[in-house]
Amino acid sequence: MNAHTDTHDEDHEDGHAGGTLGSYVSGFILSVVLTAVPFWLVMTGALDDRTLTAIIIMAFAVVQIVVHMVFFLHMNTTSEGGWNMMALIFTLVIVAIALIGSLWVMFHLNVNMMPPMQPMGPAT
Amino acid sequence: MASTHVASSEAIAADNSVPVFYLTEEHAHAPGGATAFGFWIYLMSDCLVFASLFAVYGVIGGNFAGGPGPHELFELPLVAVNTAMLLFSSITYGFAMLAMEKRNIAHVQGWLAITGLFGAAFIGIELYEFGTLIAEGATPQSSGFLSAFFLLVGTHGLHVTIGIIWLVTLMVQVRRMGLVAANRRRLMCLSMFWHFLDVIWIGVFTFVYLMGML
Repeated sequence: MNAHTDTHDEDHEDGHAGGTLGSYVSGFILSVVLTAVPFWLVMTGALDDRTLTAIIIMAFAVVQIVVHMVFFLHMNTTSEGGWNMMALIFTLVIVAIALIGSLWVMFHLNVNMMPPMQPMGPAT
Repeated sequence: MASTHVASSEAIAADNSVPVFYLTEEHAHAPGGATAFGFWIYLMSDCLVFASLFAVYGVIGGNFAGGPGPHELFELPLVAVNTAMLLFSSITYGFAMLAMEKRNIAHVQGWLAITGLFGAAFIGIELYEFGTLIAEGATPQSSGFLSAFFLLVGTHGLHVTIGIIWLVTLMVQVRRMGLVAANRRRLMCLSMFWHFLDVIWIGVFTFVYLMGML
């Protein structure tokens, strides 16, 4: 807390960007690899298993998002006294609820609202 | 603490002056001191906008209404080029921020201009893609899938367009006033905005294009 109050001015004027040439370049190289591999997997159909390919490209997307957050957006647990990270975690929870909840509910709605595929039984 | 405050104010009252029960001087805030955090909160709320658009795409993205699906419409090489444009613009904006820390106005302007050109190339390719789709009859009105697709990708494109306008505005401001504190703060906010849009694009090319073409 001391550092926060003492260097209040300089902290916010200059300190936030905090990237170095090395961090930007390594972030860029990681991003290129993490983008190229999923495109290559899908465009060449290197893996026969579609489910496995889907899981792999989703994993690459998650890793690449983390790479961008760390190397380009300079996220860490201490910036703004940790409130940046708190806001991010809160947002991720809401995003997860919105996405998973929507897909889950609508999938079950679609399944349950399907017209019956077979006759309901012999007419009496 | 309260009792000492009361005691001191009573002491002041005994001196025949008006008792004071509030802070007589505000503690100092640097101008724009909370801007970075406030802008981060804005980005998080924008994240929720995109989350709802992704949810819409996830729910109705499979409703083709007998029309064309991703396999007939998407061209992955074009999307790959588009993704490269946005990635390059991210690293060139990073270089602009590094030049800003060294207070090198000419380099800042140069890297900002290159970033803007990559951004414009991204928008150009996206508009070309949209134009091709619409010319083929795959308009937003034709199916739930296409409505959600144009809404999600279009909203991202609109953000990038606004980012380019902001970038040009900042280039004019830096040219007129130099790298003063206010301009450095604005460049830092645009940096966060620009890299955030790149993060959203990761979601778009993975979930819309790559998963659609599987």
